[in-house]
Amino acid sequence: MNSLGAEIWQAVVVCFAAVFTNNILLSYFLGMCPFTAVSREVRTAGGLGAAVVFVMTFTCILNWMAYRYVLVPLHLEFFRFILFIIIIAAFVQLVEMLIDRFSPALYQSLGIFLPLITVNCAILGASLFMIIREYSLIVTIGYGFGSGVGWLLAILAMAGIRQRFNESRVPEGLRGPGITLIIAGLMALAFIGFTGVLS
Amino acid sequence: MTSAENSKNLRTLALDGLWRDNPIFRQILGICSTLAVTNLVINTFVMCAALTLVTAMSCLTVSLLRNRTPRNIRMMVQTLIIGFYVVIVDVILKAWWPDMSRNLGPYVGLILTNCIVMGRCEAFAGSNKPLAALWDGLFSGLGYSYVLLAIAAVREMLGMGTFLGWPVPYFSSPYWDKWIIMVMPPGGFFVLACVLWITRSIKPKEAKK
Repeated sequence: MNSLGAEIWQAVVVCFAAVFTNNILLSYFLGMCPFTAVSREVRTAGGLGAAVVFVMTFTCILNWMAYRYVLVPLHLEFFRFILFIIIIAAFVQLVEMLIDRFSPALYQSLGIFLPLITVNCAILGASLFMIIREYSLIVTIGYGFGSGVGWLLAILAMAGIRQRFNESRVPEGLRGPGITLIIAGLMALAFIGFTGVLS
Repeated sequence: MTSAENSKNLRTLALDGLWRDNPIFRQILGICSTLAVTNLVINTFVMCAALTLVTAMSCLTVSLLRNRTPRNIRMMVQTLIIGFYVVIVDVILKAWWPDMSRNLGPYVGLILTNCIVMGRCEAFAGSNKPLAALWDGLFSGLGYSYVLLAIAAVREMLGMGTFLGWPVPYFSSPYWDKWIIMVMPPGGFFVLACVLWITRSIKPKEAKK
């Protein structure tokens, strides 16, 4: 058994890896739909990104517990897709109601993005990755948080770049999603530069 | 919308799925779960077959149940129907082709959140007859598949010099400096962007005719 300290250290390493070297968006292509659709303005991109960080961290923890303590003892592992998506949907719904009830100001800035998140592949993807890689609970927390922050970083950078692009003359066929994908490719190239920093 | 789409014949539906309303060129939907496996043609092929099957069968089921589903919980019902087929595909793949199942990793499960499946169920199958819904789902899936297969073919050939694992004459010879970047994630973004560029440049000419 690993000691607690070693596990926390592993969680930190996994967290940094999830932000930089294995960015969930730029190296696994997850969460592309909102990435191309909601990256026009830095403000909205930041709101959506913050919501993703929050939801991803907590759904990873909940899904880990559900998998470990419900599905594995019952030998129902194949059922995980359905259980995970139900947990994610329920969690998002609950958070939306709580925020609406207790903090209308936060609801104004964050709440509108929450329904979008249920169908964000990155959330389900992070849960599935953590099962396949057999992370422990502490490492899962680091992974969920790191993946969320990685996604936030990618969409913020993209929104910043796209705002600068407003005045540029992009070839007709490339406007909109086309140029977004080219920029994403260049960003992915830049992020590959981080490979080897953590080892 | 309902009456107009009901009167569409099967041929129109097929053409819409394959070209006019192609999920990728027109709507940039659902690239999340599949673009990641386009570095090899064989992975893409299996993934696209799984996706097409899930889309067609979920559309059929959603359409069969459309009059019995309460409107306010229809999203949940659709998710469960899609999840049901995803589990079937995943279990079959694990049993018959464990290596492929490992290669694809979590991406088979991610068909569940693929926007195309949900989009077709919500936009079409929920308000149309079962046969039309099956047909629409099938051709949306096929329209999506051929684009991704083309992307995969380009990436595998430029990056590895092979097609389905077989060496391609010029590209596998020492004269061709392999573009390793093509089989890495950035290659996927670049090739998809080029596909969009080409198809969107063809589009305006067609509209003028």
